[in-house]
Amino acid sequence: MLGYDVSWAAFNIVEVMSSSKFTYKRIGYLAASQCFHEGTDVIMLTTNQIRKDLSSPNQYDTGVALTGLSCFVTPDLARDLANDIMTLMSHTKPYIRKKAVLIMYKVFLKYPESLRPAFPRLKEKLEDPDPGVQSAAVNVICELARRNPKNYLSLAPLFFKLMTSSTNNWVLIKIIKLFGALTPLEPRLGKKLIEPLTNLIHSTSAMSLLYECVNTVIAVLISLSSGMPNHSASIQLCVQKLRILIEDSDQNLKYLGLLAMSKILKTHPKSVQSHKDLILQCLDDKDESIRLRALDLLYGMVSKKNLMEIVKKLMLHVDKAEGTTYRDELLTKIIDICSQSNYQYITNFEWYISILVELTRLEGTRHGHLIASQMLDVAIRVKAIRGFAVAQMATLLDNAHLLTGNTQRNGICEVLYAAAWICGEFSEHLEDPMQTLEAMLRPKVATLPGHIQAVYVQNAAKLFATVLQKHEGETDSQVAQETSQLLIERLPLFVQSANLEVQERASCIIQLVKYIQKLQQKNVEVADEVTALFAGELNPVAPKAQKKVPIPEGLDLDAWINEPPSESESEDEKPKSKAVFAKEEPKHSRRHTEVDEKELARRREVRKQEQANNPFYIKASPSSQKVFDAPGVEHIPVVQIDLSVPLKVPGMPMSDQYVKLEEERRQKDKADKKKKDKKKKREKRGKGRKADSGPESEEDITPAQQVDIVTEEMPENALPSDDDDKDPNDPHKALDIDLDKPLADSEKLPVRTHRPEVLKSPAEDRENESIPQESKKKSSKEKKEKKKDKEKDRKRSKEEKKKKKKHKEVEEELMESQPEEAVQSEDTKEMAVPPTSAEASDLDFWLSSAPVPPAAQEVTAPSSTAAVDTSSAAAAESEPDEPKDTEPEDTKSSKHKKKKQKKEKEEKEKKKKKRHHHHHHHRHHSDGGGEDSVQNGTVEDEEPLPPMSNYSLLAENSYIKMVYDIQGNHQDESKVVVSVIFENKSDSFLKSMEFNVLDSLNSKLQRPDGAGPHDGLTVPFQLPPGVSNEARFVFTVQSIVMPQKLKGTLTFIVKSEESSTHEKLDFKLHFTCTSYLITTPCYSDAYAKLLESGDLKGSSLRLEGVNMPFHHLLARICFHHHFSVVERIDSCASMYSRSIQGHHVCLLVKTSDQTVTIDAKCDEPSLLGNVLDEIKQTFSKC
Amino acid sequence: MIKAILIFNNHGKPRLSKFYEHYTEDTEQQIIRETFHLVSKRDENVCNFLEGGLLIGGSENKLIYRHYATLYFVFCVDSSESELGILDLIQVFVETLDKCFENVCELDLIFHMDKVHNILAEMVMGGMVLETNMSEIITQAEAQTKMEKSEAGIAGAPARAVSAVKNMNLPEMPKNINIGDISIKVPNLPSFK
Repeated sequence: MLGYDVSWAAFNIVEVMSSSKFTYKRIGYLAASQCFHEGTDVIMLTTNQIRKDLSSPNQYDTGVALTGLSCFVTPDLARDLANDIMTLMSHTKPYIRKKAVLIMYKVFLKYPESLRPAFPRLKEKLEDPDPGVQSAAVNVICELARRNPKNYLSLAPLFFKLMTSSTNNWVLIKIIKLFGALTPLEPRLGKKLIEPLTNLIHSTSAMSLLYECVNTVIAVLISLSSGMPNHSASIQLCVQKLRILIEDSDQNLKYLGLLAMSKILKTHPKSVQSHKDLILQCLDDKDESIRLRALDLLYGMVSKKNLMEIVKKLMLHVDKAEGTTYRDELLTKIIDICSQSNYQYITNFEWYISILVELTRLEGTRHGHLIASQMLDVAIRVKAIRGFAVAQMATLLDNAHLLTGNTQRNGICEVLYAAAWICGEFSEHLEDPMQTLEAMLRPKVATLPGHIQAVYVQNAAKLFATVLQKHEGETDSQVAQETSQLLIERLPLFVQSANLEVQERASCIIQLVKYIQKLQQKNVEVADEVTALFAGELNPVAPKAQKKVPIPEGLDLDAWINEPPSESESEDEKPKSKAVFAKEEPKHSRRHTEVDEKELARRREVRKQEQANNPFYIKASPSSQKVFDAPGVEHIPVVQIDLSVPLKVPGMPMSDQYVKLEEERRQKDKADKKKKDKKKKREKRGKGRKADSGPESEEDITPAQQVDIVTEEMPENALPSDDDDKDPNDPHKALDIDLDKPLADSEKLPVRTHRPEVLKSPAEDRENESIPQESKKKSSKEKKEKKKDKEKDRKRSKEEKKKKKKHKEVEEELMESQPEEAVQSEDTKEMAVPPTSAEASDLDFWLSSAPVPPAAQEVTAPSSTAAVDTSSAAAAESEPDEPKDTEPEDTKSSKHKKKKQKKEKEEKEKKKKKRHHHHHHHRHHSDGGGEDSVQNGTVEDEEPLPPMSNYSLLAENSYIKMVYDIQGNHQDESKVVVSVIFENKSDSFLKSMEFNVLDSLNSKLQRPDGAGPHDGLTVPFQLPPGVSNEARFVFTVQSIVMPQKLKGTLTFIVKSEESSTHEKLDFKLHFTCTSYLITTPCYSDAYAKLLESGDLKGSSLRLEGVNMPFHHLLARICFHHHFSVVERIDSCASMYSRSIQGHHVCLLVKTSDQTVTIDAKCDEPSLLGNVLDEIKQTFSKC
Repeated sequence: MIKAILIFNNHGKPRLSKFYEHYTEDTEQQIIRETFHLVSKRDENVCNFLEGGLLIGGSENKLIYRHYATLYFVFCVDSSESELGILDLIQVFVETLDKCFENVCELDLIFHMDKVHNILAEMVMGGMVLETNMSEIITQAEAQTKMEKSEAGIAGAPARAVSAVKNMNLPEMPKNINIGDISIKVPNLPSFK
């Protein structure tokens, strides 16, 4: 807590959590949420406590438990509580609902198996009447979909509807973000989205929404980038809006604008390039985050034309930003910009080298090795530049003391590594190798990091070879001998080096030189042989080449080469395995001087094997990087020379001069070209370059040098790359579950069962599991079956509905479109008629509300694609006054509009209906939402049940209406909970509601401790006009065999604009015997035993003139009287229920010709009598 | 997802820390320290977004913060949250605190840490935004306070608990808490809705 360890208090926290007082409970949960985690062992003690709190009648107990649980849910807790939480998702209080919905995400993460059973309900919550719940559901689905978008594509139509109807910006933002994730998977979705999104962009005033819209439009455009004729308008709109954001004085908007701009840049660089001025301006911003974003943008904005100019600007910034991380960032960006796509934009490599050399003057940068690898890369791959590069590097080596002078400059001395290597490898270009050699062997070199020294020593030998070669022909071999002498004098310094690599190389070379010296004294010509030591080309190798070497056929590294050794045989095995590996030992290939085709190929093969071990393998691959940051760089003592003023090094190139030169050169080029024949096309000079470099307008800028960029080598039959391996530890991977498959029977959430002794057969067991434990309202077995098949059914019916709709539309289409192009209607038919699998085809259908399927679209002429545009635009509720460029298609688009409108109307009606149901069926949650159980046919295809509600009217006046429902509670045999829904019917605000009941001897309202027996209870909410809310009151009852009526009063204050008045409403609370019954499942054998036991007394009832289907009748008994069906045979059914005090009530219901006989048995005759009376009443009412 | 919510003062003293993923105490302290260093060296009038620190999630995450008087409110979020939306959420949070405490100041956060947590719990749950409507948050928070009061509140705790707290041997008792003008002035920003 606040960074302190409080794990010692974990158990005490659990104790406080289980306090009955809300005050302590809340503190307990808060503490738990702050310091419990998966490793806390006491967490398993909390399961039951949490479950109890979740089902508490007090909504805040539940809320606090949910909040706490969200912070410390573990896989075990998730598994045990998933079902309880799922039940809470249909709680009557939106406060609980939204929390339950939100926490489901955490449950899914910890217990992925729960996703499929819970998903249908989660989906329902997307259309919850409460905006908070809706937003929570959107939130959860967006989180889920972000990780595994493809599974949620089928929800797109629903989200689309939400997007066009919702006004909550939070929800909109989430949905729009979600669409951003979905569009890459389904380009058609993008097409559908563009129109409403652009409308939103135009209309919204909320910057956050605008920004997200722009972002998603960009995502859409990226997904459409190929094959779409003209979305340039949308791009222009986005860029234009972003420019407004960037120009805004609010730094936040500026930042986001740049961020979004960089996304456009990837696909539509041209439209961003026109805002170069703005972005360069941002480089001067005082805010570092903004500067960094602007830098990112510059990366994509360079072209051959402006590269030099931009880099020049950046260099200016580098000078300004002394000693900050921003400067390092600048440095890497400069290099990134220049080296991007194989040096595509560099026209003058001399300029680039000089930029690199200038960058070496930066103090204290971390990126020395980056510069070094660039130098190496350029020098190796651009042959034409080698001469220049070598000259520069020689100067660098000469002035090495400037780079190493200060310990803080440590990072930059990495460039010496590159310099030494370049000078050595390409020493034939050196003007004065002797001088460079001397520079490389200065005593100060010994202060450099070991790996650099090693390179120095090795390359000193190469230089030595060059010097010998140069001077051998001369009669006077003075120079050569001097050189040998120099080496012999200086090398011992390196032999003493602490670095093994340096030591070894130095020892080798010193012996070599000694030998050569002897030969020299005998006047033997040695130069050729020495040079041969270093002959051959080192070609650059692609970074991933090593990885892509295909595995040779027949190579199985897992197989035993020999039989697995027994312990005693380990000695014998050694020579064998040595023989096996000896063949693969790399051969040195550097001596080959003659190069023919075969030879080359062979060498390449060998080199591939060699690369891994070769420290001179220089392409910037991860493995070679290791060479650069060898350990111990910091620990090598460096002699300090304090140079407060950075010296201008004579002979160092100034990159600026190249800019001028370049300008002149281009001018000249242009002039030259004009003189030349214009028709003659210029050949692109860079041979190895990527084919289409840069926009066409820039192609006539020719590189200053003949540049041959050597392409990187790859193994001949490289494997295709598949790099994007996912992290196997990603918790979201487990949630990659297909949600469209219908639920299998086995996929149910685990439920804690109360009566394990009743469970006999596994099949029944499973059925039982499907009933959430809290579902006290749960009615008949029939309904259970329904619930089980609910998913399938719904899907089936939906499919059918859809199919019907499709058919209807096809007909419509045919009727209307006959005069139109045959192709289109043809297409539609083709698309709509085949009864493909439900969800996929639904989605397809929705996505192609434009009548052309995507395949056809790409082939058809542009005119028809335009038609698609317009019609989809029309479907997406565009403003009718928007000009349409395809006049002849207008009729069609209007037709679509009509269709759409019609659909909308239907939807609205449906929605209304749904609302209506919701209102009446608050208590149906265990059935998965009222209308499902009611409207879907049963398994036997019987006609649907009429809507039912257990809420009965309590009292009503002009201000308020109260409906109530009474429920028993298994856990406590003397308590019932009365849920009262208060509905404000007036135009005024109702507050300070107090609910009071005159207690009887038998039934008492439970009041908080300390309250008198006649005090009222405050209703914990206020009611704005037209709003309804539910409160629960707990009553204790002594005897349950008789029905009871309690008189009560509700007092409240009506507050309108001017006045507030006290009002009062009397009511009578009717406790029926039915309300003491709890729906309890029972199985036929247990039921039979119960009847056999003989403890029960019988009674019977006869109902005449009941005119309803038998299953309705049963459903009514189940629903209104809390029974469950044990068995049903034709027109005969046995039913069971149990009172809160444990009385068994059994019914045998028979029907024939409008006559229903009910034989009943119960261990308490008066209870039974009353229950039967109530059943009679229920049926007499209808 | 919101990964963490931190409130610390101008000196880096944490006033509230809520992590929606588990970290060890050491890491939490490091995160707070790192975040403070990142945030505190930024000027006023620069943008409120920061690329995430090294400890908490790396490059995917962003720090979104606001600075009110002596306090920094920092939200660490991943890419699924809207930056401007979160900024607005911070504003809602602070305004809610302001309403619940009547001119909230740093001391309120110190002495009523539980209350701050409870208000936060009504807004953000398990790293996801639960409610953004200020009046709804306040209604729920007040209803719960009322319940507490009806239970005689925390003051009704047994006296021995009180004495236990009194006798507790705190290693570092704050000697003098002197914080200048600490009331947070909530500017009237244009509402997000």
